[in-house]
Amino acid sequence: MTVTDERSAFYKNTKVAGFDDVPFEEKERLFGLVKADMRFPDYLYGCYECGICVAACPSARFYDFSPRRIAQAAAREDIELIYQQMQEDVWECSQCFSCVRCPRGNNPGGIITILREVAVNNGLASAREALEGYSRIIYKIMSTGTQVSPDMLQPDAFPDWGPEVKDVSDNLDMWRRALPPETLHTTSTGWDVDEKTLLELYLIWFHTGALDMISEVDEGLHMILQEVMEERLEDAGIEV
Amino acid sequence: MPIPVDALLKKKEHFDRGEHDPRSEDFHHELFKLEEQGEWIVHRAPDPIVPVETKYGVIKKIPKAHLWHHKSCGQCGHIPGYSTSIFWVMRKLGYDYNDPRDQTSCTAWNYYASATSNAAAQAAVAMRNFAAAYETGYFPLIHCGTSYGHYKEVREELMHHPELRAQVREIMGKLGKQMVMPEEIVHYSEWFYAMRHEIAAQQVRDFSGIAATVHPACHYYKLVEGDAIYDPDVYGGQRTAIVTGVAEALGAEVRNYSTWFDCCGFGFRHILVQRDFTRSFATLRKIERMKEEADPDVVLTHDTGCVTTLDKSQFAAMAHGRNVGVPVMSEAQFAALAMGAHPYKVCQLHWHSADYRPLLEKMGIDWEAAWAEFQQDLKRLESGEKQYLTWEDVG
Repeated sequence: MTVTDERSAFYKNTKVAGFDDVPFEEKERLFGLVKADMRFPDYLYGCYECGICVAACPSARFYDFSPRRIAQAAAREDIELIYQQMQEDVWECSQCFSCVRCPRGNNPGGIITILREVAVNNGLASAREALEGYSRIIYKIMSTGTQVSPDMLQPDAFPDWGPEVKDVSDNLDMWRRALPPETLHTTSTGWDVDEKTLLELYLIWFHTGALDMISEVDEGLHMILQEVMEERLEDAGIEV
Repeated sequence: MPIPVDALLKKKEHFDRGEHDPRSEDFHHELFKLEEQGEWIVHRAPDPIVPVETKYGVIKKIPKAHLWHHKSCGQCGHIPGYSTSIFWVMRKLGYDYNDPRDQTSCTAWNYYASATSNAAAQAAVAMRNFAAAYETGYFPLIHCGTSYGHYKEVREELMHHPELRAQVREIMGKLGKQMVMPEEIVHYSEWFYAMRHEIAAQQVRDFSGIAATVHPACHYYKLVEGDAIYDPDVYGGQRTAIVTGVAEALGAEVRNYSTWFDCCGFGFRHILVQRDFTRSFATLRKIERMKEEADPDVVLTHDTGCVTTLDKSQFAAMAHGRNVGVPVMSEAQFAALAMGAHPYKVCQLHWHSADYRPLLEKMGIDWEAAWAEFQQDLKRLESGEKQYLTWEDVG
């Protein structure tokens, strides 16, 4: 009995799990992309089933998630299960890499990074869902070169972080001007990034295909990013 | 709760891994071989150097001065006293540095959160920053634990995958940049560990009555685990020595707790859009365990995400009557306070959430007076007398 057998305790009906089934060939193609990643052979060597990765894993404590199952499915090339994991499990990982204490030298967290990348590149429902509400973060990092900014600290966005968030928000401009490092007087970026530096970053996004990846999960965001970047590059006389 | 160091060492006596244990291979051989082959320039760590030992015995060179500060998104954005304290301590010790604008994020927080990038882009971002540092002559010092861990991973990938090197070289060519790899990838907490005795020599506040628990950042010592500092005098060499070594050098009592190896619960994506997980893990597996088993005055850690997660997660848990309520800060802020730094003008503790005031009182700091001083400075900004506070203003 395999884990994708309906009698298996691990089986999840795709309809219940919330994603559409696709032909086996498509699942095989997706796994082919995972295996083709140059890092894949460095991340997987086999599995003793010792479970030390699960014991160390924070996500395993709060989700129906197991880094051991990720490594096992990849090692057995269980196409059905890997597809199911790409549609569900991979977004539960914390990417802390506590699982790399594996005695076989596996890197389940690294396998998940690749699985996620393939999920994003192919516009899988799980990627679209997981990144809902995350667009502004992608916009911030790709367009400004810093990931979080002081003005993101708003009470309605972080109500669970206590009243200090409102204090920061109310006094933001003054408190930033009170910081002695000159690069930290910014409010909409973490620090002051040069225009030339930013343009170089844009070229990296264009030339590595990282910008195009966004189009598969959020077409609107991709359009905005492309427009912003092309305009600034054109203004600087740089052709992409 | 003592750490069974003797039992661990005795157990390890039975192992003989032989001369060719791949774990203790020194990556520097490959690094310099690639330089000889013209693949990249190795940016040498400048003198003066403090040599330190890493997990499997490879010596790492920590430069004392002439450092290019690769800043951190979360530190600069949400806990700016973290970065400010790093700069302040370096200035107090009299070492020169460069605080660049020609630096981008490593972008790894986003990569680990959303996977909306790829190996080539991540490597190119790293190499662009390394080249920018090289152009200034200053050596990179990485503030963020995730940047540090990610850059070590990138170094491994670039060393072992010629096709990736070729791809990144082409992109660097388009940017007009050289391929440069630093001789060492150095985290700021390694600098603090290497400088701990110089820091302690300038200590003006007594920390002998302060009990601390340490949370080590996963991406510091779990990614490319061999390249992290271990010291036989700290935890018997069985755990990474950074942070703990600094706290002990400052006279604080570092207490043990059972979930030391657990992550903080940051989760990259989770901290921003799925915080129920982050809050639960941070409070149930870390803060409550520390409180119950060690009852610390402060939690010390050394990464952006860890400070934010462990600090900010406590507010909601407190509303539910959980056993939380302990201040969280970086060892950089802790060391700065030991050296006499202002809690608000330098350490910027007003950006933190868990109540730090009892800790300041225990350190002998009149926080009410300090807050009044800070408010006075703000009035100078408000009145237009000054546009910004400078290093001269903060002491």
